[in-house]
Amino acid sequence: MASGSSWGRWPRHEQRLIALTNRFDALPDSQPMLPFGNGRSYGDVCLNGGGTLLLTRGLDRFISFDPVSGVLECEAGVLLSEIIGLTLPDGWFPAVTPGTALITVGGAIANDVHGKNHHRVGSFGHHVIEFELRRSDGQVLRCSRDCNPEWFCATIGGLGLTGLIRTARLQLRRVPGVWIGGDSQRFPNLEAFFELAENSDAEYEYTVAWLDCANAGSKLGRGIFMRGNHVQHDGAARAIAPPRTLPFTPPISPINGYSVRLFNELYFRRPAAQSSKTLWHYQPFLFPLDGLLQWNRIYGPRGFFQYQCVLPGSVTDETSALQEMLRRIARSGLGSFLAVLKRFGLKPSLGLLSFPRPGATLALDFPNRGEATLQLLEDLDSITRAAGGAVYPAKDARMSASSFQHYFPQWQQLRPFIDPGFSSSFWRRVNTSTT
Amino acid sequence: MNRIVIMGATSAIAEATARRFAARGDALFLVARNAQRLQAIADDLQLRGAHTVHRFTLDASDLDRFPAMLEAASAQMGGIDAALIAHGTLSDQLACQASTDLLQREFATNAVSFMALCTHLANRFEAQHHGVIAVISSVAGERGRQSNYVYGAAKAAVTAFTSGLRQRLYPLGVRVVTIKPGFVATPMTAAFKKGVLWASPAAVAKSIVHAMDTGAAVVYTPWFWRPIMWIIRSVPESIFRRLKM
Repeated sequence: MASGSSWGRWPRHEQRLIALTNRFDALPDSQPMLPFGNGRSYGDVCLNGGGTLLLTRGLDRFISFDPVSGVLECEAGVLLSEIIGLTLPDGWFPAVTPGTALITVGGAIANDVHGKNHHRVGSFGHHVIEFELRRSDGQVLRCSRDCNPEWFCATIGGLGLTGLIRTARLQLRRVPGVWIGGDSQRFPNLEAFFELAENSDAEYEYTVAWLDCANAGSKLGRGIFMRGNHVQHDGAARAIAPPRTLPFTPPISPINGYSVRLFNELYFRRPAAQSSKTLWHYQPFLFPLDGLLQWNRIYGPRGFFQYQCVLPGSVTDETSALQEMLRRIARSGLGSFLAVLKRFGLKPSLGLLSFPRPGATLALDFPNRGEATLQLLEDLDSITRAAGGAVYPAKDARMSASSFQHYFPQWQQLRPFIDPGFSSSFWRRVNTSTT
Repeated sequence: MNRIVIMGATSAIAEATARRFAARGDALFLVARNAQRLQAIADDLQLRGAHTVHRFTLDASDLDRFPAMLEAASAQMGGIDAALIAHGTLSDQLACQASTDLLQREFATNAVSFMALCTHLANRFEAQHHGVIAVISSVAGERGRQSNYVYGAAKAAVTAFTSGLRQRLYPLGVRVVTIKPGFVATPMTAAFKKGVLWASPAAVAKSIVHAMDTGAAVVYTPWFWRPIMWIIRSVPESIFRRLKM
């Protein structure tokens, strides 16, 4: 048994670790088990307290790549960053990337991850052509839109519970090179954000906003809107500095109300927040946090919580729900260091339990201050529930079973597809009966 | 471009090393006993940039087929410039104490097959007046410990054998590199940090490639095993025999 935690570093669980190295092997006889990729989920969807984790990073081989069609087949433990390394020289890029490229293909499918281009291309599952699912009874199911389609949809966003994804075939997208061209601008309030989103979503593939979550009053809802497209640029790609690593966990987190307010103020005021024409390397634009490995240590030994919700409805509904959240957060004094806001597109997700749906999605992180933080998140849940929204399981470590079942009313439909040898800490938590 | 034979190509260290060779466009000839795994690794290395990747299925105990294997490698790559010998099993010490059959098999796999393959390679490289033979030995071969002295004895044989071979081939411009890894973590456990003494196969691979490029003699990887093993070798037997390790 080894003690392990996910990216939020809370909760910690004891679990048996089994490293997979050969995709042809049958699953070990060690139930209940759960695949574990690169550990970038924040909460406990990738943990299995008292059970077994199948570590998939050893399944990291490429199987085939066609530089004409952009179809890549690989084992499920390959990282998106490794795909980029292989295919970008030929002008191909993953169609969907979340805020980090350090995630496995299997994890991307199991959480049906989304990126800054959701409004244009949907989520990761939309670009999966096919995958192989290894079940604990020894079967291997080929799943695609045409072959075992119900398994295909159950596994996309299926939180790793339907079996081990051992290989996947992905459709990549053409890009002219490493550059992203676009701009960034400050906005004073949420109304201005929605106007910017409305005007940008047609013209820009990537749109995202940073939101100041530490300051209330007249500053409520201010932020910076960034947008960009892959562009052709002849300038030689200057070398991107290799990532640094936060070398240790500070005994007391430097993230507190004061530092968060100061950081947010400075971040908002920095000159680059307003720039008309900017050329970014894809790395800092798409994966800003990959430049500092182990950045999650900054939150100290108690770890932190992510809270990502989607709030559906008209712009007016979304605005009022967001305002309520921001006021509640400001009142708590627990401020979020980094808050990210984006409007999802209308493309329906394929997965049975996929998170993305039309609406505004807000992602926040909070240092773990125990009861106070949990209470704040509970309050945010009541706002999300009232708005008819949902919380993202991949980022969650604490939502109640009743909240989950409210957010994902179809959750019971996953049951027949869950491998009887599989389970997760998350699933056991949200799967309890509620009255 | 180098033409490289890799024996035990499905081992974690060999695969990590092969990826570095592939990235710089070397021609590879992979040898292992599991054809299915070999195919998966060959496909991967081809995509990662290897000039060519050939496969040969062989069990390390099948010494009689070594010449044919090297002949195939030479024919398919148009010659051999280097070889990495990386196969092996981590012997189950307690089982070996109970069975001398198993003991012999373990010694055959971890020592005799190494020496046989080195001999064929040495004669070939001696004739062509160049070549690099890199052999994965182990820090375990430096001093027998009760927890794994069967494995340690086999690796001690490999270390002594390659030391002599290195002298024999040095004047001819052929290099023999003895690699002594310490604890190597499987790459998959990276998310659950082990102690500071554990190195990843990727880190070990990097030093193997460097050693083969420069023709180093004995490489501890990571480097800190050199002073650690110096200390362990220096402990007097009167004290060492009382230790539990």
